[in-house]
Amino acid sequence: MAGAKTRVAVHKFSSCDGCQLAFLNMGEALLTLFEQVELVHFAEAGPLNPGTVVDISFVEGSLSTAADLQRIRAIRANSDFLVTLGACATAGGLQALRNIADKGDWVASVYATPETISLLENVTPISAQVKVDLEIHGCPVNSRQVTATLRSLLAGITPLDERDKLCLECKRRQHVCVMVTQGMPCMGPVTRTGCGALCPGIGRDCYACYGAAENINMSSLGRHFSTLQLNPAQISHRFVSFNSADPAFTPEPAADTARDD
Amino acid sequence: MEAPRSASRFLPRKAFDTLLSALRDGGYDCAAPVVRDGAVVYTRLQAHDLLPSGISIQQAPGHYRVEFTDSPRNFSWANGPQALKPFVFTASEPLWSVRRDPDGELRFTEADTSQDPVAIIGVRSCDLAALALQDRHFLGGDCVDPHYQARRASLFLVAVNCSHPSDTCFCVSTGDGPTASDGYDLLLDELDDGFVIQAGSSAGQNLLERLPLASPTGKQLQDITRQNLHAAECQARRLPPGNLEPALFANLDHPHWQTVAERCLSCGNCTSVCPTCFCYRELDRGSLDPDRSEHVREWDSCFTQGHSYIHGVTIRAGTDLRYRQWLTHKLGSWHSQYGRSGCVGCGRCISWCPVGIDLTEEVAMIVGGAS
Repeated sequence: MAGAKTRVAVHKFSSCDGCQLAFLNMGEALLTLFEQVELVHFAEAGPLNPGTVVDISFVEGSLSTAADLQRIRAIRANSDFLVTLGACATAGGLQALRNIADKGDWVASVYATPETISLLENVTPISAQVKVDLEIHGCPVNSRQVTATLRSLLAGITPLDERDKLCLECKRRQHVCVMVTQGMPCMGPVTRTGCGALCPGIGRDCYACYGAAENINMSSLGRHFSTLQLNPAQISHRFVSFNSADPAFTPEPAADTARDD
Repeated sequence: MEAPRSASRFLPRKAFDTLLSALRDGGYDCAAPVVRDGAVVYTRLQAHDLLPSGISIQQAPGHYRVEFTDSPRNFSWANGPQALKPFVFTASEPLWSVRRDPDGELRFTEADTSQDPVAIIGVRSCDLAALALQDRHFLGGDCVDPHYQARRASLFLVAVNCSHPSDTCFCVSTGDGPTASDGYDLLLDELDDGFVIQAGSSAGQNLLERLPLASPTGKQLQDITRQNLHAAECQARRLPPGNLEPALFANLDHPHWQTVAERCLSCGNCTSVCPTCFCYRELDRGSLDPDRSEHVREWDSCFTQGHSYIHGVTIRAGTDLRYRQWLTHKLGSWHSQYGRSGCVGCGRCISWCPVGIDLTEEVAMIVGGAS
């Protein structure tokens, strides 16, 4: 990528647009970024060239319609390196909750003309349809993650995969554990780090918006939640939210301890 | 190393503030235990801040609750999640930075290690024992850690003999408490009406001479003897005695490792609150400026994937192996490495384990001696 500027595109599928703000929120650092990259497509920021060939594509959102499939395949074909941006693109996002609900009812309750909507059977993360080179987790992702990823890619090195448990980051910041001191059903012990332990830092329990960490023990945490007076439905809801299409958060009694490869 | 001891003196409770003032006059910032977010944590006191009184702590596996009583005492509790570790082995810190000059030359700059002096109030004997172990790790041998060394040299330690161990404490069985034998500058024994105080260093002795002290009465000395005895006798938990290294390494295939792994979250809370755990990782924090980068280190844990990732392979992929690594090192191979066990009996790993795994129970299941 030496010499000419690196060509970057930011695409969006089913999502709230919030992860794209991780770029816009960089502020002055954007000036430094633009010395090194050419942002050729980023609808939320201005440039529109959805079909152009680029070095790096960032993709926000999950795939939910037939048209999405065509578009993501074209993006993949046009991109040297494809990065998913956030929980929707990486693990289905909130909209993947329809995979475990009655789709017909949901569409009819939301759209005036449901017959015009061509739904896929299931909402899927990007990696279910095309090869993904790197996944950035979070709902939403933050500028620090995007900066670190861009810095690594521009330098030609593999970005750090932040997949430790949130507890480590929480303790590094000397936050007091809300589960041990207040009995809150904190998801930190199964959740991927990266957010900076925002929620425990303001005295509330992590709700796993960054998705599953490596080597998690859902069964043990679920059993512990039951001792904190959560009923089975409440425990299930702790795991099935922003990252419901992540297989690591899919309860399967015999496969609760995801081993690292 | 035998600390110089002074004769016991008595500091009336109403004059405790003179200790803080004398420390400030001596150039020290005072860090003292206060209650924040439901736990006792160290906070830098502002001038005229008083220590909170009447704190009472209930600890059990995976459980920590603070209550307030009308006791006048400032130290009637065992411990919080921090020991001295965050003061000397910082959770995250830059080691060096690098800049590329316009001529293409790389210029490295070491991070500043200068430290302002800080007096830590309310240090327990288990924490002093842990500090001595961290000293051995970071300062012993040929490779002295300059960051640790600078922070360590900045400390003035005001210890308090532990009068109210928690149910999770077992320092008697590790030989590290509840009373401090050395490693402090000043040592307090707290009574309702004040403190029996003695110096353990020349810096402590110098400070002591500036306080309005009285001679302790015979009853006061009897009361602290009784109090210290009670603090030892009330501890129900214990580690199996002796060097557990042979027994642990003879049981590497014990089925109980897997039994623990079914409960263990592999979250690293135990190692983070452990006052002797010293593992860290190093990484580079790049900005978007391609000519600058910062190299940092931060607390790591043997419960992470990266801790055993070597040349493309994660050696300890499963929780059974990670827990085994922690326990066999902490209670076993520390003996070969540092001449003693790495456990000082503070019980933090028990209280702050979200699912309440108790290492005293687990090690007994593995080496025998379970009740």
